[in-house]
Amino acid sequence: MQFGLTEEQEMIVDTVRSFVENEIYPLEDQIERLGEVPKEIADEIKSKVLGMGFYAPNFPEEVGGGGLNHLEFALLERELGRGSMALTHFWGRPQNILMACEGEQREKYLLPAVRGERMDALAMTEPDAGSDVRGMKTTARRDGDDWILNGTKHFISGAAHADFVIVFVATGEDMTDKGPKKRITCFLVDRGHPGFEISHGYHSVSHRGYDNMVLSFDDCRLPNSQVLGEVDGGFDVMNTWLYATRITVAAMCVGRARRVLDIATQYCVDRKQFGQQIGKFQGVSFKLADMVTEIDAADWLTLASAWRLDEGLEANREIASAKLYASEMLARVTDEAIQIHGGMGLMADLPLERFWRDARVERIWDGTSEIQRHIISRDMLRRLGG
Amino acid sequence: MKILVPVKRVIDYNVKVRVKADQTGVELANVKMAMNPFDEIAVEQAIRLKEAGTASEIVVVSIGPDQSQETIRTALAMGADRGLHVPASHDTEPLAVAKVLKALVEKEEPGLVILGKQAIDDDSNQTGQMLSALLGWPQATFASGVEIAGDELKVIREVDGGLEHITSKMPAIITVDLRLNEPRYASLPNIMKAKKKPLDQVSLDDLGVDAEQRLTVVKVEEPPAREAGITVASVSELVDKLKNEAKVI
Repeated sequence: MQFGLTEEQEMIVDTVRSFVENEIYPLEDQIERLGEVPKEIADEIKSKVLGMGFYAPNFPEEVGGGGLNHLEFALLERELGRGSMALTHFWGRPQNILMACEGEQREKYLLPAVRGERMDALAMTEPDAGSDVRGMKTTARRDGDDWILNGTKHFISGAAHADFVIVFVATGEDMTDKGPKKRITCFLVDRGHPGFEISHGYHSVSHRGYDNMVLSFDDCRLPNSQVLGEVDGGFDVMNTWLYATRITVAAMCVGRARRVLDIATQYCVDRKQFGQQIGKFQGVSFKLADMVTEIDAADWLTLASAWRLDEGLEANREIASAKLYASEMLARVTDEAIQIHGGMGLMADLPLERFWRDARVERIWDGTSEIQRHIISRDMLRRLGG
Repeated sequence: MKILVPVKRVIDYNVKVRVKADQTGVELANVKMAMNPFDEIAVEQAIRLKEAGTASEIVVVSIGPDQSQETIRTALAMGADRGLHVPASHDTEPLAVAKVLKALVEKEEPGLVILGKQAIDDDSNQTGQMLSALLGWPQATFASGVEIAGDELKVIREVDGGLEHITSKMPAIITVDLRLNEPRYASLPNIMKAKKKPLDQVSLDDLGVDAEQRLTVVKVEEPPAREAGITVASVSELVDKLKNEAKVI
């Protein structure tokens, strides 16, 4: 067993971390106040990352990407996780699913996304279809060679800045033993396409400036060439390419938790009560011990699940465990960090209340904790015929 | 033209340095190490000269333990071409470093040696000047601007009174100051290439340099904690205190 990183991996970690510390941290308060990322700032981050050859690091070199494997990409996401998501969004990591692009789609979507010329967003969730993806009501029906899309998607991260979206819609229904089952197809839709609108969604308590958007399709006509993958093959592309995105959530939770722990540890040394550093009180110091232990555990679960993917091993259960544990760990760590800081921890003058708020969504998006537990337990029981 | 850039592995500038309990030095166990920030500026300047077509090859050299190779790799990931590692088990004093560099200059024949003005660990600020003396080359220290026209070097130096503009013939020694440039981040393609770039070892014996320590560290201690200031009621009280208590006027 080898737990160490290669020199290249160490350098990736160091580079991303120092970029986040020097280029992202100083902007965070401003973005938190504004609730959005001004275009100049977004463009500057993007152009710096492009200049570093670090844009689209998750894509293979053949299409102009960084060629990182799953483990290296998890390390990169972990370090990016230290910074504000609203800002690190512009360290572009287009959706891997774009690798399913074929023919002209490559020139129009895949390659410009990797070059940072066009940004993408992925749309699955609907007001009535959250964890129950197949319950989606957005449909596409055939009209000659074209498709007509109707329906609404919400909670669409990244759509505020997207030039095109990758959207999953229902394209029919099959009768099965368990009742009707929807067929899903994936489409590529350009911003500004007639019948397609991107509008502001809700005000989220988590990740200010990383807006969630609403997508509306109103008799939106698309040629068949906009289908990504096969017609009715939406679940295939989903399972092939979206399998690994939960690792990025887990990795970001680990990175952010380390940043929070650093702040809390420093405070335990700086803050004095009853004539001594508060870290000298066992009630406080044991919190630090628990925090670092949980962070390490989440870190290893995350890296191990990414490593399994690189090795071509089955990893669905392990990825679910990593996502579940890391997101719940972040909730505990941010909460304890506030407890260590007392009243001051809740004030917006310190970043802790932000980390605490931001942590809340991690247990919900990309599959709730309950869905992850479902995946984990089904994997265990199925082996025994359960 | 070839440029030689010495880089030193030091405690990362973000780390709060602690004195060892036995006062023989500072704590290095489990401490993050990094390239001396002034050396990063020197590497960046060399890369800019190469990008401008003035330099053709950048050779970085580090003297120290095996881990110094990581520092060399960092410079290679920024864009330097080749690395030289001179293994040394203990702290090498500025004169020994200057002698090593002199031997390497004679071997590599660079047109410029660009160094950080000092390393942030011992803050000696001597190596560049000593190397200049040993080689008999001109030196331009504390550079905050570097320009090369033909075989003439123009350097803006930060001095106490302001900025000094000097010109010099080459080959020459430059030591760089903080405001010369902002070092780039390593790029992903260069990080991946760094391992493939040549990194050779040259021993002190090969170079014929005696790097024995000539200085003895008697004791290392924390600087005294700064005391709180006071508010004075009047100018006359201030003058009185400066004269009689602080004894500075």
